[in-house]
Amino acid sequence: MEKSLNWREFVITRLIKASGYSAILFVALIFFFLIREGVPTFSEVDLSSLLGTRWYPIEEHFGILPLITGSIIITFGAALIAVPFGIGTAVYISEIAPRWMREILKPLVELLGGLPSVVLGFLGFLVLAPFLRVFLNLPTGLTALAGSILLGGIAVPTVVSVAEDALDAVPRAYREGAWALGATKWQTIWRVTLPAAKSGVLTAVMLGVGRAIGETMTVMMVTGNAPVLAIKLGSLFSPVRTMTATIAAEMGEVANGSVHYHVLFFIGMVLFIISLAVNIAASSVVFRAKKRAERILS
Amino acid sequence: MKNILTRNRHLTQRIGFILITLMAFATVIPIVAVVIYILAQGLPAISWEFLTGFPHDGMRAGGILPAIIGTIYLTIGTALFSVPLGIAAAIYLSEYASDTPLTRTIRIAIINLAGIPSVVYGLFGLGLFVLFLNFGTSILAASLTLSIMTLPVIISTAEEALRSVPQGFRTVSISLGATRWQTIRRIVLKEALPGILTGVILGLERAAGETAPILFTGAAFFLPRLPHSPFDATMALPYHLFVISTQVPEMPIQIQYGTALVLLVFVLSMNLIATVIRSRARAKRQW
Repeated sequence: MEKSLNWREFVITRLIKASGYSAILFVALIFFFLIREGVPTFSEVDLSSLLGTRWYPIEEHFGILPLITGSIIITFGAALIAVPFGIGTAVYISEIAPRWMREILKPLVELLGGLPSVVLGFLGFLVLAPFLRVFLNLPTGLTALAGSILLGGIAVPTVVSVAEDALDAVPRAYREGAWALGATKWQTIWRVTLPAAKSGVLTAVMLGVGRAIGETMTVMMVTGNAPVLAIKLGSLFSPVRTMTATIAAEMGEVANGSVHYHVLFFIGMVLFIISLAVNIAASSVVFRAKKRAERILS
Repeated sequence: MKNILTRNRHLTQRIGFILITLMAFATVIPIVAVVIYILAQGLPAISWEFLTGFPHDGMRAGGILPAIIGTIYLTIGTALFSVPLGIAAAIYLSEYASDTPLTRTIRIAIINLAGIPSVVYGLFGLGLFVLFLNFGTSILAASLTLSIMTLPVIISTAEEALRSVPQGFRTVSISLGATRWQTIRRIVLKEALPGILTGVILGLERAAGETAPILFTGAAFFLPRLPHSPFDATMALPYHLFVISTQVPEMPIQIQYGTALVLLVFVLSMNLIATVIRSRARAKRQW
């Protein structure tokens, strides 16, 4: 009995440890397979062509610049929506709303996080895009703007939940101190609570932006998917195409191992590196802020 | 300086509060509107035949049974891999790991897994499961891809649930002669179960609603029959919605809204179950 128990403990402990390490394994595997299939791009496509402004794979034009600018402009637009509304909602939920209101709002925001992106894309395609076309008098409603609005909505739950956590973590004594000095609640929020939660709010914004860059189905359905260079602000009102949508739309049709296939994996590599950078930056902000807080409090 | 002390600041506060409140409502109301709108538009399409029939006439008529069954298969398949692995990883992080560089690397890896775009998971699944391991475009490949994607959600919520079990429970159990694993299995896991379950359901909810990871790993445009084995491709609700709303011309709008509604109900009921489990566990908790 004693012996078999020890043996079982040993096996189970090993299994649990192995599972713990699995996350590292998976990140490494993902990166490895992206590199394996993506790096051949460099020997097959000239760097000047790859950084060109023309994406037209049928004629071997693999300029990824339009796709990158498409992703950037949509993400920028999404951030313009998600940052103020996300932080505003977080401030309302954590600082202003009465308790019962908080109990209603929090699940609703979580619900938005749970809506499948394809459902939002579907509604964007059927409702939002036609509305924008009529309302703004555009030739087509399938524009970067439609993508930005929906992506803003998709990024909001991330921003709200992370920012709200950060606001909640601000010690109550900070607020009480400010009130005792005669500050109004509003002044306390702006000059004490938000500055104290600064790093957490910054993390919220970064994670929200990261979420927006990586979103696929929604943008594929509502942005019109025209691979044109989007460098003017006016591009918001014309169709664009993102990196994610390009992969999703074209991967199903390419021959495995072809140049086009490798380039699509290369774009995946770029996306992977962007998300890695965003997430490491976001977590290091939190880490640094923690260190500083420890220094101050000790 | 003086105007800070005047009545002005109360006016500022009032205007500010109104603005922030409006912003919060502007965020939340569209969410409710989306759900209600899809309910209203989709309900007329729902019938017994729609839920249990096969699509015909180029998917322009009939039901969506293969897509519903496919999504159920994919969700179960995802759970088979991600639940044991995710909970085990959470146990490791909460019960075994100390704050070493290795543990920190694991945490960074989890954060990064959570941030990787879903379409990149699709590429990875294509590269590893479909081509390298030769599973083909199949339920197996799609489930494995989805399960790696849901892993970070399950790990982080399960770890949080495990950590919230008071340390005293463990101390007492061990002092009564239980081994570490016995303590974890009979005390810690049991107490943390509702929290873990919530995380698992929320993770699977994401998997059920995702399209991009299954695009090239397991989703079929149209199948006249149900899949027979894990090595078959399958139709799935999110992909089906994408297909019928953008790829098939002259698609009856009713069927589109009906499909959206079924997907929404599928996903939201999981969300609701998770919320109920969480709030009931919180109400019952004695520590």
